[in-house]
Amino acid sequence: MMQDQSVLAVEGLRSHFFTRAGVVKAVDGVSLHVARGEILGIAGESGSGKSVTAFSILKLVDPPGRVIAGRVDFGGQDLLSCDEESIRRIRGKRIAMIFQDPMMTLNPLMSIADQMVESIKAHERTTRAAALARCAATLEKVGIPDAARRLLAYPHQFSGGMRQRVAIAIALLHKPDLIIADEPTTALDVTIQGQILHEMRQLCDELGMALIWISHDLAVLGNLCDRINVMYAGRVVEAGRAEDLLERPVHPYTRGLVGSVPGNSRRGQELTQIPGMPPNMLDLPDGCAFRPRCPRSGDECAMEIGVRVLGDGREYRCLHPHLESGK
Amino acid sequence: MKGTASPGRDGMGSKILRELVGSPSSLIGLVICVVVVFLAIFGPLVTSQDPYDLSKLNIMDNRLPPGSVGIDGAVYVLGTDGQGRDMVSAMIYGLRTSLLVGILTTALAMVIGTTMGLLAAYKGGWVDTIIMRLVDLILGFPMMLLALILLAALGPGIDKVILALVAVQWAFYARTIRGTALSEMNREYIEAARCLALSERRIIFRHLLVNCLPPVIVISTIKVAGAISAEATLSFLGLGVPITKPSLGLLISNGYRYLLSGSYWISIFPGILLMLTIFGINIVGDRLKEVLNPRLQENKAVE
Amino acid sequence: MLVFILRRLIQSVVVIFLVSILVFIGVFSIGNPADILIPAEASQMERDAAIKSLGLDKPMYEQYFIFLSNAMKGDLGRSFVFNQPTISLITARMPATLELAFCALFLSLVIGIPLGMIAGYKANSLLDRTIMTGSILGFSAPTFWTAILLIMVFAVGLHWLPPSGRGQLGKILGITTSLATWDGIRHLVLPVTSLSLFKISLVTRLTRSGIRETLPMDFVKYARAKGLRKSRIVFVHVFRNVLIPIVTVVGMELGSLIAFGVVTETIYAWPGTGKLLIDSITRLDRPMIVAWLMITVMLFIVINLVVDLSYSLIDPRIRLQRKKS
Repeated sequence: MMQDQSVLAVEGLRSHFFTRAGVVKAVDGVSLHVARGEILGIAGESGSGKSVTAFSILKLVDPPGRVIAGRVDFGGQDLLSCDEESIRRIRGKRIAMIFQDPMMTLNPLMSIADQMVESIKAHERTTRAAALARCAATLEKVGIPDAARRLLAYPHQFSGGMRQRVAIAIALLHKPDLIIADEPTTALDVTIQGQILHEMRQLCDELGMALIWISHDLAVLGNLCDRINVMYAGRVVEAGRAEDLLERPVHPYTRGLVGSVPGNSRRGQELTQIPGMPPNMLDLPDGCAFRPRCPRSGDECAMEIGVRVLGDGREYRCLHPHLESGK
Repeated sequence: MKGTASPGRDGMGSKILRELVGSPSSLIGLVICVVVVFLAIFGPLVTSQDPYDLSKLNIMDNRLPPGSVGIDGAVYVLGTDGQGRDMVSAMIYGLRTSLLVGILTTALAMVIGTTMGLLAAYKGGWVDTIIMRLVDLILGFPMMLLALILLAALGPGIDKVILALVAVQWAFYARTIRGTALSEMNREYIEAARCLALSERRIIFRHLLVNCLPPVIVISTIKVAGAISAEATLSFLGLGVPITKPSLGLLISNGYRYLLSGSYWISIFPGILLMLTIFGINIVGDRLKEVLNPRLQENKAVE
Repeated sequence: MLVFILRRLIQSVVVIFLVSILVFIGVFSIGNPADILIPAEASQMERDAAIKSLGLDKPMYEQYFIFLSNAMKGDLGRSFVFNQPTISLITARMPATLELAFCALFLSLVIGIPLGMIAGYKANSLLDRTIMTGSILGFSAPTFWTAILLIMVFAVGLHWLPPSGRGQLGKILGITTSLATWDGIRHLVLPVTSLSLFKISLVTRLTRSGIRETLPMDFVKYARAKGLRKSRIVFVHVFRNVLIPIVTVVGMELGSLIAFGVVTETIYAWPGTGKLLIDSITRLDRPMIVAWLMITVMLFIVINLVVDLSYSLIDPRIRLQRKKS
C-alpha cells in the first residue's frame, strides 16, 4: 500500500446525523487515502455519504450532524482532534474545497476581488495590492481572460462555468497540498465540464497537488482519476485503480453503476439498471446495505462483511464478488 | 406519536394543543387568553357594580387606593377612579369593549380582505389593478396614521373605531390572500373545477378559499392583538370609543390625569391588563404560526 | 442611475397629486370649522364675514383648486388657529419630531441587531427563548402605555428624569438638537425609549430570522472552508445578507416612527409636529391638517427613495440592473 506517501489518510470515519426521525449514519466507517499528486475519485449515488465524508475531513459537518469516530491523518496530524483555530489555519490554506453549486457558494453581495483577497488575508499578512496581483495571476491560470478587470465584478455577472473557475482559482490561491472538489462540474454544461476536467488534470500535474474529486458520474471519474472509491450507504464498497475498476468491477453495485454508463457498454449491449430504490438511510439493513437490491445476495450477506483485497490492490466488501474474468 | 394519530381534524387539533402546552411561555400565553376571554364573557356576573350606571357610583369614594373600603362598606380591591368607580368592575367592562373591537375588527377585515384578494387574483385585469393599487396605497402608510385621520373625520364611537381599523387592515389580508391564491390558481384542482364548468362563485369560495385560508387564520390571531392595541391608542388620544363605554385604552387615558398626583392605580392597572391581554394573544399567535406554518415570514406577522 | 431617480421623482409627483385630492376630501368631511372658530355670540354678519375670509363659502372643488395653485407656489395655506403660514409652523416643529424618530431608530438598530444576532446564532437555546419572549413582550406594550409606565417609574417614582418637555438645545455641526446638552439628553431618554421599544422587538425578530435563513446557505459553509475567521464570516458574509430585509423594514418603520411620534409627543409634551396634528384635529384647523399630511407624504416618499438607493449600496445585483435601465 502507499500509505507512507499519503497526503491524507482517513481511518474508520463515522459521521452521524441525529435527527428527530432517528440517527442517519451518513458516513459509517470510511477509510481512504490519497497520495501526493494523486487524483482520487469518490463515486456514489446522492445520499451515499460522499459529501459528508468531504466535510468531515475539514470538520465542517453542521449540527445535527457530528463526526463520532475516526482519524483523519494529514501530515502526521489528526485533523479531527484539532481545535477550531488550528483547523481554520489548514482550511483553504493546505486543504482547499470546491463546492457543487458555484451559484450558491460565492457570496452574491461581494465582489470577486473581495472574496479572493479575504481568502489570502485569512492566512497571510499582505497588502491588498499584492493580494490583488496574486488573485489576477491565479484567475489567468484557470483560464479567465482580462482578470484584473473581472476581479471587480460580482458573481452574478459570471456564467456558471466561469464562476466555478473562480472557485477553482480561490482553491489554488495558497497552492494547497490537497483540493477536495464536491461535484464541482455537476451543475455545468457537458462541454465546459470537459474543459474544466482537462484543466484540473493539468494543474494537478503542474503543481503536484493531490485532488479528491467527488461525483456520481463514473464516466467523469474514469477520465480524470488515478483511483476510484465507490461509496454506498455511508461505506466504501469498492476501491481500486480507475481503469481496473471500470474494466472489471468486482462489487455487484459497482458493476451496476458501470453498466449504466453509456460509454462503457459495448455497442448493441443493453444499458443495465440497478433494480430497486436507494436505501432509506434511517433504516439500513444489517450487513451489506446493498443486499436488498443485489441479484447475488443471500442470507449470509446480513453478516458484517470485512474488506477483502485482490492481487491488483483492489479492495472490496462483498461475499459474492464478480471475480470471473471478462464481463 | 406517529401511526397512532388519525390524519383527521382531531389529530391536528390535539397536536396544536400539545405544542401550545408544551413550552412554558406558550402555556402562559394560553392561560392568559383563556382567563381574559372568560372574564370578558362572564365578567358582568362577578363584578360588584355596573360601572356605567352612574346612579350606583358614590363620588365620595373617588380615587381610593387599592384595598380601601368605601363609605357603604364595599371593598375596592384595586381602588376607585376619579368618579368613585370600582376599578375591577371598570377594567372588566373595559376589557369587554377592547376584545369586542379587536375580534370584530379582525373578523370583518379578514372577510373583506379575503374577498377582495380572491377577486383580484381570480379576475385579474383591471379589477386586480384597482384593488391592488388601493392596497399598495393603504399599506404604504403607517396603519395608525390612517386610522387616526379616518377617525378624525368619522368622530368617536365603537362602530367608527371598528370601521376605521377595518378600513386599514383589510388591505393586509387582500395582499396575502391574493399572493396565495395566485399560486393556487395554477394547481390542477382549479383547472379541473373550471373544466367541470362549475360556477365562478363556487370555484372561488368552495375551492380556492379553503386552500388559501389556513395561513390567514393564523396571522389573524396576531392581528387581534394589533387591533386591540390600535384601539387603545386611538382611545387614549381621545379619538376612539366614547367616554360612556370606556375601553381599557380610555381607562388608562382617564387615569393619566391623576398619574402625576400619585393616584397611579387608575391608570396602571388597566394598562397591565391591556398589556397582558395583548401579550397572551401574541404568544399564542406566534406559537401557532411556528407550529402550523414554519415557512411563514416572521416580519409579516409582526407588522 | 440618474434615469432611475428621475423616473421615481415623476412617479412621486403623481402620487402627491392623488394624495392631495384624497386628503382634501377627507379633511373636508371633518366637521365644520366655522362652528369652532367663530365665537357663538358673533352676529350673523360677523359670521358671514369670517366664513368668507377663511374661504369657507366657496364650493369644495374651488377651494381645492385655490389650494392646489397656492401649493404649486410653495404655499400650503394659513392656519385657521394660529393665522400663520402652515409650512413655517410645521417646519419649525419638524426638527423636534425628526430628532425623536431618528434617535429611536438608532436605538432600535443598536439594540435590536445584536440581540437578534445572538438569538439567531444560539437558536432554541434558553438565551434565544428569553430574547424572543422578551421581544413579544416588547411589541405587546402599546407605545402610549410604555410611555406612561416610564414616566411613572423614572420621573414620578425615582425622580431621575424629567417627565416632559424638550429641555435645553444646543448646536452640533450647525444642527440644533437636544443631543448637544446634558439637559436635552435627559429629556430625550424617556420619549426615545418608549418610542423605540416596539421597534427594538421588530428589529430583533427580523435579524434573528435573517440569520436563521442565511446560516444554512452554502456560501457560509464555503467561507468556513476557505479558512476565514469566525468574526469575518459573522460580520461580513452573514451580516450583509441580513441587512437587506432590515433596510426594507427600517425604511417603512421610520415612517411609522414619525406617525407614532404623534402619541409619544402628546404624552411627553414634546414640541413636535405630532402634537401639532392632534391639536389641529381637535380644533378642526383644516389647512393645518392638510399641510401636515402633505408634508408627511412627501417625507415618506423621500424616505422610500433613500431606502431604494441604499439597496443598491448593499446589493450589487440591483445596482447593475439599474445601470442598464
